[in-house]
Amino acid sequence: MTPPLLVGTRKGLFVLEADADDRWTIRHHAFAGVPVSITALDARDQTLYAGLAHGHFGVKLHRSDDLGATWVELPAPAFPAGFPPDEADEPAPSVDLLWSLEPGAEPHELWAGTIPGALFHSTDRGASWQLVESLWNEERRRQWAGGGYDGPGIHSILPDPRDRGRLVIGVSSGGVWLSPDAGDHWTVGGAGLRATYMPEGREEEPTAQDPHRVVRCPAAPDRLWMQHHCGVFRSDDGGRNWIKIQGLPLSDFGFAVAVHPNDPDTAWFIPAESDEKRIPRDGRFGVTRTRDGGRSFELLDDGLPSPPAFDLVYRHGLAVAPDGRSLAMGSTTGSLWTSSDGGERWHHMSAHLPPIASVQFAV
Amino acid sequence: MPQVLFTAHLRRLAPPAPVEVAGGTVADALASVFAQHPLLETYILDDQRRLRRHIALFVDGERARLADPVGPNAKIAVLQALSGG
Repeated sequence: MTPPLLVGTRKGLFVLEADADDRWTIRHHAFAGVPVSITALDARDQTLYAGLAHGHFGVKLHRSDDLGATWVELPAPAFPAGFPPDEADEPAPSVDLLWSLEPGAEPHELWAGTIPGALFHSTDRGASWQLVESLWNEERRRQWAGGGYDGPGIHSILPDPRDRGRLVIGVSSGGVWLSPDAGDHWTVGGAGLRATYMPEGREEEPTAQDPHRVVRCPAAPDRLWMQHHCGVFRSDDGGRNWIKIQGLPLSDFGFAVAVHPNDPDTAWFIPAESDEKRIPRDGRFGVTRTRDGGRSFELLDDGLPSPPAFDLVYRHGLAVAPDGRSLAMGSTTGSLWTSSDGGERWHHMSAHLPPIASVQFAV
Repeated sequence: MPQVLFTAHLRRLAPPAPVEVAGGTVADALASVFAQHPLLETYILDDQRRLRRHIALFVDGERARLADPVGPNAKIAVLQALSGG
């Protein structure tokens, strides 16, 4: 049975369920009219979290104990009032976007990544939040810059399943950061990443890198995949060192990446035209897949629209279920596709959703 | 005491009708409301207690700021800009 899908859109959160024949229906539509920037499911207690981005009223956080049927509002992660600004944060910071949410090592523990680029920590199911000051006060954080948004942001939080206190975070634009001890100490990873937008001689500066999305293979946690602003990269040592992957069909620019939960050599990407356009190249919308660690790629487009198509999939808009075969992706033009065979064929579930920011299987 | 009225878009969290509260400035009067409606504060003010960009304050029909003084009969309106799509 395919698990439910959580689809965060510009006009609310949709919870979809599949029947035995993989026909999807909308079970719940929460926060109608409000942009949903991220969702998280803590499988340990089946708690669902949703980050909202009210245009007028700021960032909000809600929690559901019944998989989206009812919700309670919680205090959202926030900078302490009166927080002293420094030269990198003038004026004093306020959270603009809740961009990542991830269960931590202990029951009821959560991490949240935001724009501006800060990490927050909760040990009580989101009822209260503390800024991770060790990262905020890190000297090299001041070298971070905005990517697609005005300020830098943390979009990927990757606990090591062997020891969930060991963290990797992805920052756009601030590189890859590693903590061995649940956020007490930080080192910058990302050796081998290359930002061609930087001045000559500075392309490999680790804090200038723009990972669009980083994912970790649950079964082989030292294997990470990255869709970077300047291509696709792979790490075999938990994010310290990276190699650039060549030979992707259509383009090696994009936002989303997913890795097979049991096979670290299998990963999916959604190419787009770099980087001024951010639409499919020549109107060709497809998914690229490697099954050999990036040595070769296939273009999978059976069931996807013929050119010209202008769908773009954001960094949280592609998901793979624990079976490694069920995939889902949602586009900024409001289309949602699912696949039950690893992307060989795609089923067009809807063309009429609001613009989609995030897609996640509720498992 | 000053009277505070919130935009209908905040009725889920705010007092549904104008409320009379203590306060010598707009900020003080709002703080009196927030004491009774704690989630409401983050909808009006950002992390640093600054007025959110798309919220507008009026006192007796005139645009106002948080620090502006208010008299005992002032009518404070907390409205939102109708922007976006």
